[in-house]
Amino acid sequence: MEIYIASISIMLAAIPVLGVWAIADSLLAPKKSRYRMANICGAGLAAIACLVGFAGAVCGPWDFSIKAEHAHFAWGLPFGSLTLAIDPLSRLFLLPIYGLGLVCALSGAAALKHENAREHNLAAHWFFYNLLLLGMALVACAADGVLFLLAWEIMSLAPFFLIDFNDRDSKVRDAAWVYLTAAHLGAIFLMAFFIGLWQLTGQTGLDPAITANALKDVSPRTCSLLFILALVGFGAKAGLFPMHVWLPDAHPAAPSHVSALLSGAMINMGLYGVIRSTGLLAGPAGTAPGILGLIPGWWGWLVLVIGLCTALIGIIKALGQGNLKRLLAYSSVENMGLMFIGLGCGLIGISSGDAWIALLGFAGALLHMLNHAGFKGLLFLCAGEVLHSAGTLRLELLGGLQARMPLTGILFAIGAAAIACLPPLSGFTGEFALFMALANGASATGVEKQLGLLLSLGLLALVSGLACALYVKAYGMAFLGKPRSGFAQNAHCPPFNGVWPLLLPAAACIAGGLLAPQFFHMAAATAMQAAPLPGQLLGECLTSAAAIEPAFIYISIGGIGLTGLVVVVWLLRKACLRWRIVLNRETWGCGYQASSARIQYSEGSFSEPLARIFGPVMGLTLRGEPVRGIFPGLASLGLSAPDRIRNHVFTPLFEGIEKVCNACKIIQHGKIHLYIVYILVTVVGLLVWGLK
Amino acid sequence: MKEYFWLIQFLFSIVLAPLLPGIISRVKAIFAGRHGKPLLQGYFDLWRLMRKGEILCQGWPFVLAPAIVAASSILALAFLPLGGQTSPLGFAGDFIFAAYLLGMGRFALMLGALATGSAFEGMGASREAAFSALAEPALFLAFLIFSSFCIDMGHFSTADTGSAFSLNSMLKGQLVLAWHYGKAPLFIAPIVLFILLLAENCRIPVDDPTTHLELTMIHEVMILDQSGPNLAFMQYGASLKLWFFASLLASLTIPPMDFLPATLLWLGQIAVIGVLVGLVESLMARLRLVRVPHLLGMASALAALALILTQVS
Repeated sequence: MEIYIASISIMLAAIPVLGVWAIADSLLAPKKSRYRMANICGAGLAAIACLVGFAGAVCGPWDFSIKAEHAHFAWGLPFGSLTLAIDPLSRLFLLPIYGLGLVCALSGAAALKHENAREHNLAAHWFFYNLLLLGMALVACAADGVLFLLAWEIMSLAPFFLIDFNDRDSKVRDAAWVYLTAAHLGAIFLMAFFIGLWQLTGQTGLDPAITANALKDVSPRTCSLLFILALVGFGAKAGLFPMHVWLPDAHPAAPSHVSALLSGAMINMGLYGVIRSTGLLAGPAGTAPGILGLIPGWWGWLVLVIGLCTALIGIIKALGQGNLKRLLAYSSVENMGLMFIGLGCGLIGISSGDAWIALLGFAGALLHMLNHAGFKGLLFLCAGEVLHSAGTLRLELLGGLQARMPLTGILFAIGAAAIACLPPLSGFTGEFALFMALANGASATGVEKQLGLLLSLGLLALVSGLACALYVKAYGMAFLGKPRSGFAQNAHCPPFNGVWPLLLPAAACIAGGLLAPQFFHMAAATAMQAAPLPGQLLGECLTSAAAIEPAFIYISIGGIGLTGLVVVVWLLRKACLRWRIVLNRETWGCGYQASSARIQYSEGSFSEPLARIFGPVMGLTLRGEPVRGIFPGLASLGLSAPDRIRNHVFTPLFEGIEKVCNACKIIQHGKIHLYIVYILVTVVGLLVWGLK
Repeated sequence: MKEYFWLIQFLFSIVLAPLLPGIISRVKAIFAGRHGKPLLQGYFDLWRLMRKGEILCQGWPFVLAPAIVAASSILALAFLPLGGQTSPLGFAGDFIFAAYLLGMGRFALMLGALATGSAFEGMGASREAAFSALAEPALFLAFLIFSSFCIDMGHFSTADTGSAFSLNSMLKGQLVLAWHYGKAPLFIAPIVLFILLLAENCRIPVDDPTTHLELTMIHEVMILDQSGPNLAFMQYGASLKLWFFASLLASLTIPPMDFLPATLLWLGQIAVIGVLVGLVESLMARLRLVRVPHLLGMASALAALALILTQVS
């Protein structure tokens, strides 16, 4: 516990220092040296705090029987309390927060070094960065509803300023506004959730044992309403369909180290919130079976269906994107969908009393969360390097970057293979757990449950197949082939002292595959501690965990075996080529030797076959002139997939609200004497109401 | 002792895999009334290529992809219970691992194709990406049919649920027992697997490996620029993958029996499957590329139907 308090204290100390610095910076004339100093200090403080916290989170005991450690502090408000609690679930979510916080601070400091001191106030940037870290750390540790909401608000506000870094660009400002709106609409539901919980249980603490006990006599309908509130509120943060609209705007607009942190760590808090709230509504793990009835079966199915929709729509939309960071943002939506599929599975397992499905569902969601933080952070940071050295993220203008920035290319390839869930890298383990959870649907009771789970597995397989296609496109179009434009042609190699922080998440991607049993053990123990498992199911979960753990050992051995086999085949090739001629030059290419780089398949043409199949879902719009006639003239094909939910649901909705608000402006005309009449009318009205 | 049996069969697979494309092209030649390539042409090709030099283009995926393709196919094959013998590597969920190993090979293959920067190779990679993504659900649903049989017919308690998800127990003798009961899904599963075999190995009607026009190819166009030992690895990896699917299909009908008859039956069935593929290739034309998703969608739908039947009955 002390170590977390230490890390939080470092952030707390850093925030006022940076805040004062930021104000001073905005008053004084911009100066290069002070700009550099702010960069180093701000990033350094964040990095130190993260390092301390990460050390604590990694070492912390991983066992399902661990009780939460509590710490109380003085608190000035009349309600709520400043109580922090650390249990394995908090620790598991702190790992990406601190780990990515560290990597992104280091990489961000290197990236921001060369920005224009006149345009940016770096002290303010790092102030909000630290604030975001503090908010996330507090959300993960808060053991009180009021504190949780406050921390949530800090965590939701700080990214607005981080996304708005390049605020001279109107698109960036728009994206930041969309983010802020989405964050606050979500927060309204959360406030309703926590106030409802407070009113029903009579206290603001977030101890599942107490809340679930107090909720025992509350009608199931009320509990379900609370669950829906939590799902919507937290789902908006996680980017669940149809509330994902802020992600694809915010991520490309934000600086890359911020997108990496938001995508790898912050949106996870939505998952964290939903897991916590199921615990709050249904009791902690190991409670007496009397409370079992509290989780209705449809909760799990609802979450599963939402997860499937999110995953499918996320990946299909991602396929249609031509901007690398937008593509990655939609892929984050897909991955959150995968995590919620796991969560839904877990809830279904609990309500139907199947330990295997419950355990693997929850553990798969948590494991995928950990892995996703690693590879998505890595991919966003690599995209940042690409933007920095090539000056664009549009895939149709990139190509051939592997030769120009070899290290970044290799790192991106590792991240891409990991997120496509290919062994021997980390992504496979989480997806394996999800597959195994769904596969056991065959032994569930009731045909509809069996079929629901088994057919979901088919959809999950489709999602993973599409993910593979997506990342072939992302890596192949950006890094392979020949440069498609001057941007890629003139890309320079980023210096090593800027790229080295990216080695850490890449190492995490490799370690996640090699140490699969250890990671699974961690996730399974956390799942058993955090999921609202009834006492008897908990025992069965232990058996199931023991039954599945050897599989993860085989996976890690299989991964090593694959690497070994590749090396053997490679050596065989070397031996064969020993006396032969190996030429490094243009390959045959059907004899088109003097062709230009423009003849290559572009990102639009690469995804065209899939885009045509999934066009209706994707919202595909094709531009350009098709090939016509026997002697065709100029032809072109452009492919884009604008977000239809945003354009056809949210935009009209908010425009409608704006119209209503504008109509209400009649009463807001700026004439003071009429305002006084309003006050008079109100007071008289209240008096009359009071008299009655 | 059992491990030795499996090892012998595994060695058979490794050695005999290049024979399978030979059988197919032989059948096609006979049908077309041509003299045709010798049966062992696959081996001659490999031997010739292994003694050649290479021309490489920039980018590690181009250079490394063949090794990854060959290695992942070998490893994926090692998880299959070949010819009724239990694979010593089997574990709960190994079907997912094997499928993803093939996925890893495909990923490397597509990246290797894109590395050349040639329009044709990009075309191949794009089609492969689309069709393999669509084939994925069918493959997993087909595996689920077998694991459902396992759970239905085998005696698996909740504690060792995991063992129903191993290829070893899925493809053990009880499938043949299920044939005796006349389980309907078992008539659909082979069709699904056969379509998958054709699609994943780029045979007619999905892809024509012998067409003269690069514009219409998928697999062959992706390895167009490879040469020397690397091309040999690509071709060997492809024939191992064909062997993988043929063996999967064959194991549906191998009853539990002694090593020698089981091995003979297994090899005989694989040869029959080779002949069948040859027949399909001789009798059918390649589908238009826009029609291929319909075929794959049909395979997925059939697999889902079979799965529903296993659960309902």
